[in-house]
Amino acid sequence: MEQVPLVHILILSSILFFLGVYGFFARRNMLMMLMSTELILNSVNINFIAFNKYLFPHQLEGMFFSMFIITVAAGEVSLAIAIIINLYRRFKTVDVEDTTTMKY
Amino acid sequence: MDMNYEIPMLLILFLPIISFVFLSLAGRRISPSVAGLTGITVLSVVTVLSFFVAYNYFFVNGEVNGVYQKIAVFNEVWLKFSDVLSINLGVMLDPISVMMLIVISFISCMVHLYSWNYMHGEDRFQMYYAYLSLFTFSMLGLVVAVNIFQMYIFWELVGVSSFLLIGFYYTKPSAIAAAKKAFIVTRFADLGFLLGILLVSQNAGTLDFATMIERLANPHSPFAQSMLAGSFLGMSTLSWGLILIFIGGAGKSAMFPLHIWLPDAMEGPTPVSALIHAATMVVAGVFLVARLFPIFAVSAPDALHIVGYVGAITALFAAIIACTQTDIKRVLAYSTVSQIAFMMFSLGVSGWGEEASEGFTGSLFHLFTHAFFKAMLFMGAGAVIHAVHSNEMEDMGGLRKKLPITHLSFLIACLAIAGVPGFAGFFSKEVILSAAFHGDKLIYAIGLLTSGITAFYMFRLYFRIFWFKEASHGHGEHGHDNHESHTPMMNLALILLIIATLVVGYIPFGHFVSADGKAIELPFHLALAIPPVTVGLLGIAIAYMLFAKENDKPTKITNALGGFYKAAYNKFYIDEIYLFVTKKILFNLIGRPAAWVDRNIVDNIYNGSATLTAVTSESIKKMQSGRVQTYATYFLLGVIFVALLFLFAN
Repeated sequence: MEQVPLVHILILSSILFFLGVYGFFARRNMLMMLMSTELILNSVNINFIAFNKYLFPHQLEGMFFSMFIITVAAGEVSLAIAIIINLYRRFKTVDVEDTTTMKY
Repeated sequence: MDMNYEIPMLLILFLPIISFVFLSLAGRRISPSVAGLTGITVLSVVTVLSFFVAYNYFFVNGEVNGVYQKIAVFNEVWLKFSDVLSINLGVMLDPISVMMLIVISFISCMVHLYSWNYMHGEDRFQMYYAYLSLFTFSMLGLVVAVNIFQMYIFWELVGVSSFLLIGFYYTKPSAIAAAKKAFIVTRFADLGFLLGILLVSQNAGTLDFATMIERLANPHSPFAQSMLAGSFLGMSTLSWGLILIFIGGAGKSAMFPLHIWLPDAMEGPTPVSALIHAATMVVAGVFLVARLFPIFAVSAPDALHIVGYVGAITALFAAIIACTQTDIKRVLAYSTVSQIAFMMFSLGVSGWGEEASEGFTGSLFHLFTHAFFKAMLFMGAGAVIHAVHSNEMEDMGGLRKKLPITHLSFLIACLAIAGVPGFAGFFSKEVILSAAFHGDKLIYAIGLLTSGITAFYMFRLYFRIFWFKEASHGHGEHGHDNHESHTPMMNLALILLIIATLVVGYIPFGHFVSADGKAIELPFHLALAIPPVTVGLLGIAIAYMLFAKENDKPTKITNALGGFYKAAYNKFYIDEIYLFVTKKILFNLIGRPAAWVDRNIVDNIYNGSATLTAVTSESIKKMQSGRVQTYATYFLLGVIFVALLFLFAN
């Protein structure tokens, strides 16, 4: 079976990455922003696995790294959700534009 | 060394400091009588222990082969800076420190007793006793110091306790001013002391007294050689170092021209004047010179001459002022200055070795006897002030019926200080004048003149207080009755001091205290005893003629003396000179320019930098908008910048 070329996978991960970045900047809903950061992290995961498979097929470092990233992402999500819930209780909204009082 | 000195010495030093901590922490939570009893009990125990230590030292085991040993009971490393430089704390016993232990603990105990009545009903009675304990601790620590740095530490501690006690009546502006004056003048002198310590100990390579004396009191040792080699204005480095140390001693002992603080220090409670400003702290300077005496005598006789002349000038100068003062405590204060100066010049004329070191023994003998009779004089003056509610002679006269015990103690103390044969001061002053006669004829002449003046002003004081007028009627609520029935503890202290004063003169002092630790016989020269006794009796006779009954002769004499009397009455304008130098010269020429530089240049540098920071941050604080996505934009731009840098930098 013919393999998918590496370039295709990299294009996929780039698209995911920039979708994430765009989402992070454009979306006003904090939950959507959080999901965008997940997209960014997953694009990185795809890169790790792809490079692992195509360049060093007999090693597993890339796999391990993506496992680590998934774990860290899970922790990050729980933390971010906690922050968002607290903000919601305080401001009665999850719109990032409305929570601008937390400065100096 | 069978006798174990460790436990008694620990108790002697630590009981007063524990009492201080307890009393000052307890403060008003305990009643005045508990505080007073604590102080008196502690001091009684300390006194008994001091006598015990002194007995053991002088009669049981201090003497080895006819020489009193320096015993370092403790000598523990306290601060270690390097292998060669460490500061120790410890306890050293030698004849002079043991002698001082007795003086300090006994007088302090008497003062504690006396204050029970004298300070009765005062606000802050508890703190008063706390300060007394602090002072006693510091003074005891000073005399038993093993090294010069430990001495310096305790030297400053006695300065602090003196400051606290002079300013005890802190609502009185004059007391505050006096406390500040005492602190500043002695601190100024202590600068000399500190420089002297640094100079001498650095060259001697040690702070320890015993080692320092061993190294420097031997002109052939390499340490002494190097210090004697350097020369500045005709004197060796060692002499300069010792003179600097002596400046510290002169400040504490109120030698001319640093004497100005002592008369003002009389603003403190009278028992404090008796303890600190008559018997113990002010003789610390004499003690300091005596402690380093072998170095002075053997390696730096020129510095010792300076000590002698400073002493002689001060003795005469203070005695003349004492004749003109009308505040009885100030008369006593100048008398103290004069008597301490006697001790100083006695050290100054002393030499090294058996017969020649007569002056050393005489000085410390006088220190010893003076402590008792001068403390008694102050306590007597305190009793008078307590009865009359005034310090001025004007308000006194004819008090001998009203205050019989005070009268007796005052009379005995005056006889002692005037050097009347059979009383304490006669014996010690005789040794001093004999030493001066053999050492330096000019100093002898000054000393002789001064002892005549001493007798005159002391009996002027005595007659003015207890005779002069007929007993006046109706002083306060006590009226004409015997005032002393209300003050049993004061009477007890005075009676104990009378006994002590009568006894101390007969102690064969030369057997116990001498420059090199060997007993010396103090020679009694009849020919040398006659002149001081004659001038003393003459002084008493003149005082009797002028002041025994109210008459106009004193006024006539003061008028005849005119300008000289006025100058002496105004203390020869020394205070005014100091004020002129400080206010007109130092403040205007140094203080004001320095203040200008500080306000305009230094302050502006700091204010300017602060303003710059404030303006900058004000202008860029808009960047912190609170919008997360704006921050994310900055972050992204930063990442892109770094990425471009990595891509194109090489």
